[in-house]
Amino acid sequence: MNLRIWSPLLCVLVLISAAPASAQRQVIHEERSQYRNVLVTEFNGQRCMLFNIHRGDMNQTCIDLRNPKRLVFNYTKMSFAGLLLNPEPERILVAGLGGGTIPMVMRELYPEAEIDVLEVDQAVVNVAREFFGYQEDEKHEVHVVDARVYIKRAGLRGDKYDYIVLDAFSGEYIPEHLLTREFLEEVKALLTDDGVVVANTFASSDLYDYESVTYQSVFGKFYNFKRAGSGNRIILATNGELPELGDLRRRSRELYDALAPYDMNVLEYPPLLTTEADWDESTRILTDQYSPANLLN
Amino acid sequence: MQQQQALVSVSHSVASRLAILAVAFINGFVIMSIELLGGRVLAPYFGSSVHVWGSIIAVFMLSLSLGYLWGGKLSLRNPGHRTFISFFIFAALLCLPIIYLADPVMRTIFLSIEDPRYGSLWSAVLLYFAPICVMGMVSPYSVRLLVLTQEHSGGVAGMLYFVSTLGSALGTLATSFYFVMWFEINQVMWGCIVALLLCAALIAFSSRHAIKEQKS
Repeated sequence: MNLRIWSPLLCVLVLISAAPASAQRQVIHEERSQYRNVLVTEFNGQRCMLFNIHRGDMNQTCIDLRNPKRLVFNYTKMSFAGLLLNPEPERILVAGLGGGTIPMVMRELYPEAEIDVLEVDQAVVNVAREFFGYQEDEKHEVHVVDARVYIKRAGLRGDKYDYIVLDAFSGEYIPEHLLTREFLEEVKALLTDDGVVVANTFASSDLYDYESVTYQSVFGKFYNFKRAGSGNRIILATNGELPELGDLRRRSRELYDALAPYDMNVLEYPPLLTTEADWDESTRILTDQYSPANLLN
Repeated sequence: MQQQQALVSVSHSVASRLAILAVAFINGFVIMSIELLGGRVLAPYFGSSVHVWGSIIAVFMLSLSLGYLWGGKLSLRNPGHRTFISFFIFAALLCLPIIYLADPVMRTIFLSIEDPRYGSLWSAVLLYFAPICVMGMVSPYSVRLLVLTQEHSGGVAGMLYFVSTLGSALGTLATSFYFVMWFEINQVMWGCIVALLLCAALIAFSSRHAIKEQKS
């Protein structure tokens, strides 16, 4: 049996058989969007933002209703490994809002920091505000704009950030212009000398090799952070030298108490960070001229 | 004499009629290939949000509509293969700025227009209006070259729409499924330019052949 041809049919069968389980997942809100409608669901004490109800694994972001501080997703927790490279961020840029978890935690940890958030979809901003407790303040602003456009303009203005999070990937569709060497060069131009880029990328799929060589071509060596059980890989890159393992250990001890309430054990992170290239280094670099990311995923 | 010229200007031979259908197909293919690449050309400056695609599709539709109008007007006066051939040569030449001037054009617009909606719209107009307009002129002109009698005109037009839109469908699929994976954007653009020049050559060859046949 040819699996490629039959797999859509199998999917349908699986969906039909799984229907009773997903029926318990209650949709509490649907926000109309220029892109894909945004759904808010509640299930098992968790409230989640989804872009696609037809696939159970499309949770964009979730919060624990009983303990809203606890971070639900592994990759969200992993992204705070960036603090090991720059423990005192003052100007933070987050591309991709989701439920606003990352900027809100950053605000709690660093009340004085300036935070800019980029989100292309107004519907996501609305839902984050209404259902996920996302709140801006005087020094924290969300911009409804394509991240590439904002970052190019910020570069022209000469803006600098010392902590940049790239998390603009929404499950099924990958914005291909945010994976290219030219984009990463624009990001790097915004980075201060002691700044760090934290990128949430794909751990499995062909894209792993492509993204790895592309980041390598722009930043040189970077820390690669993967954990068993997470389909995500976090790239931690800097403008200059990467800090030594000893520094990471020391900072993880200093940060432990601050991060523990969010269900993060940052002490586990340093030994998992590696600069070893476990990808095929002859892979083609993604550029503005060549970025078929959606075909590679 | 006048009568004679009019006869030569339309295509009687099977070879030249097939050639016109073939170039209509290629023309449709190339238009959609360029449109699909347009989104990638504009993305580094204006993003890939929904209004960037809106700009591109609107500009392509506008260019084609005016191309149809002007191509139809041109076919009223001295229709002939020479004008038809020149469409493809002009279209090919007008594609060169998409390769060589896209960056400076978009940079200038990016710096002067803050709103990415209008930035992408003006970029699409400057880069794509001229070549796509000329490619739009191909369709009504091919109708003129193929129609022999009034009662067959609907059938001819239908056949032309069929092959050119089929070409567009395949151009869309081939570009989005395969070309962007195999080639860089500019390599595909060069492919489109070569295809347009081949169209010119094909018409030139088949019409010369037809004229010879008619003379003998």
